[in-house]
Amino acid sequence: MSQNTIRVLIAKPGLDGHDRGAKVICRALRDAGMEVIYTGLRRTPEEIVSAAVQEDADVIGLSILSGAHNVLFPSILKLLREQEAADIPVIAGGIIPEKDIPGLKKAGIREIFLPGSSTQDIVRWIEDHVRGSRKKA
Amino acid sequence: MPKNETPDDELKSAFRLWKEDVYDPALAACPPGSERTTVSGRRLKELYTPLDLEGWDYLRDLGFPGRPPYVRGIQPTMYHGRQWTMRQFSGFGNPEDTNRRYKYLLAHGQTGLSVAFHLPTLMGVDSDHPLARGEVGKCGVAVDSLADMEILFHGIPLDRITTSMTINAPAAVLWAMYIAVAEKQGVSPRVISGTIQNDILKEYIAQKTFIFPPEPSMTLIVDTFEYGAREVPRWNTISISGYHIREAGATALQELAFTLRDGIEYVEWARRRGLDVDEFAPRLSFFFNAHNDFFEEIAKFRAARRIWAEVMRDRFGARNPRSWWLRFHTQTSGVSLTAQQPYNNVVRVALQALAAVLGGTQSLHTNSLDETYALPSEEAVTVALRTQQIIAHESGVINSLDPLGGSYLVERLTCDLADEARELIRKVDDMGGMVKAIEHGWPQREVSDSAFWYQTAVEKGDKIIVGVNAFAGGHEAIPLLEVDDSAARRQLERLKKVRATRNGTLAREALGDLKKAASDGVNVMPHLLRAVKAYATLGEIIETFKEVYGEYREPTTF
Repeated sequence: MSQNTIRVLIAKPGLDGHDRGAKVICRALRDAGMEVIYTGLRRTPEEIVSAAVQEDADVIGLSILSGAHNVLFPSILKLLREQEAADIPVIAGGIIPEKDIPGLKKAGIREIFLPGSSTQDIVRWIEDHVRGSRKKA
Repeated sequence: MPKNETPDDELKSAFRLWKEDVYDPALAACPPGSERTTVSGRRLKELYTPLDLEGWDYLRDLGFPGRPPYVRGIQPTMYHGRQWTMRQFSGFGNPEDTNRRYKYLLAHGQTGLSVAFHLPTLMGVDSDHPLARGEVGKCGVAVDSLADMEILFHGIPLDRITTSMTINAPAAVLWAMYIAVAEKQGVSPRVISGTIQNDILKEYIAQKTFIFPPEPSMTLIVDTFEYGAREVPRWNTISISGYHIREAGATALQELAFTLRDGIEYVEWARRRGLDVDEFAPRLSFFFNAHNDFFEEIAKFRAARRIWAEVMRDRFGARNPRSWWLRFHTQTSGVSLTAQQPYNNVVRVALQALAAVLGGTQSLHTNSLDETYALPSEEAVTVALRTQQIIAHESGVINSLDPLGGSYLVERLTCDLADEARELIRKVDDMGGMVKAIEHGWPQREVSDSAFWYQTAVEKGDKIIVGVNAFAGGHEAIPLLEVDDSAARRQLERLKKVRATRNGTLAREALGDLKKAASDGVNVMPHLLRAVKAYATLGEIIETFKEVYGEYREPTTF
């Protein structure tokens, strides 16, 4: 894949305040040489998509443990399409029941990382599937 | 024994002989084992002996249950006089659903209630707020107004049951609702007993359900201390928590030190208001995590009691012994549970619960095996409750008080944790206190550093998680509790009805009066009571507070 730096937006949609996993992943991605933008807690779908577009994100990672994913993920994907940013791959993790995964993937979530995933799984997926659009500094 | 050799010298040489001539060679002949470190990374020795307690004095450092330094327990009789409260944290869907679950749990031997509110309530927004989309009833019970609270406690006698409510930024509001429900039952505020978590400092550090900035939040908390001391004397107006700090990634030491330093901060703010320490301190309570490392956790609880007693008596000059007692609730660690091989979680919880009991907890929640997937099913929460009952009635550990007292390992760990915690507490003192430290982002960074360290250790295989990075495989589908969208629909219907049928003028006036009270800096509790009784919603009340106090937005560092 390209030698350009990959820009990752890690986002916390909805009211969920559990950020341990999101922060650990931010660090691991940064250690792997990616540029990481963390949205902070309690962002709306509008705020997340706006940040992804403004920050020129190459990939969006959504972290959610509250059970609101079936409402919030499709909302985010729809907004990305409306803003002509549907080419930005979206991956997700947190507490997402297995039975919801096929539906979410059909809606456009590229991959879902369940509890027990290693940070290196996520690094590898991004390196294998995402092209960086900015030259490394 | 030779004339110039003391008993200590004899022991020292005997130990050295054992270690160098017996243990080390035997160990060298075995395949290499893992590092003997706790889940927090603390290295333990191969063996503890009296040599590890040099200078330790039974009467000074251990004493008796119910006597300073309280290491062996805060009451003389502990579980002989009164079992710990079995208090399962619980809540989902609509208030009717949760009311049913509460009655189920009480019928199955639970001895106290513990309310889990859904995210919109925790964040002070009503179920019809845009941010509540998809969240209603999912992580806890939906409560938007006094009407919901009335249903939640329908048929539950508030003069005979104690209730803990996990609520922080909006704690004063939910407390006002509870007081109002009790009054409707004919139960006086002087009789009701329970706890509100109401610990905003750990929100900034870990749980993150903050709304307002630190200063007004602390003011609100002191309002509850003051009101409680005068009007609701049997209520614990705060549950100073380490549980969440630990779940966010902290080590046992950080959990201990940050919790106690948060406690110190609350006492300082209350005294600045002019409250006498003995007026409110007996109603401060604590909440700790029961994590994996059995002995480290037990030592942590004992160290906590010791330090708090010192702090209250020596730092704050409290004269009432009840002000010196660290009373605490414990929850077994959620973050230690695995989605893989979920039945393993029953074992984890049992060991963690046992550590809490051996550590002298006053109250205990045991997690359910399915909580990495969903809120507890009826079957799973029953097993969790039975876990406590089996410990209480079958294990025999309660037959003698503080049975691990005198263990060389446990006493050494207790002393070490206490010494190291005192150092960290001093460090925060030097930063100007906990609010200052939080403003600098220090405890938050400490916690996320520890979280990252732990994840790295797991991925390297240095820390084993059975079923995940060792002994993995197998796929067990377990039955799960489902909260569907009909809960949200019902909640929105009720909210609409409340707004339509209440006296709108009364509600509006109460909110105006509340805003003035908040701006004037008077105790808001009486005004909150007026507002909730007028069926002002939680969202309306919090919006009113936001107009006066502002909103907090945390920095996005990682």
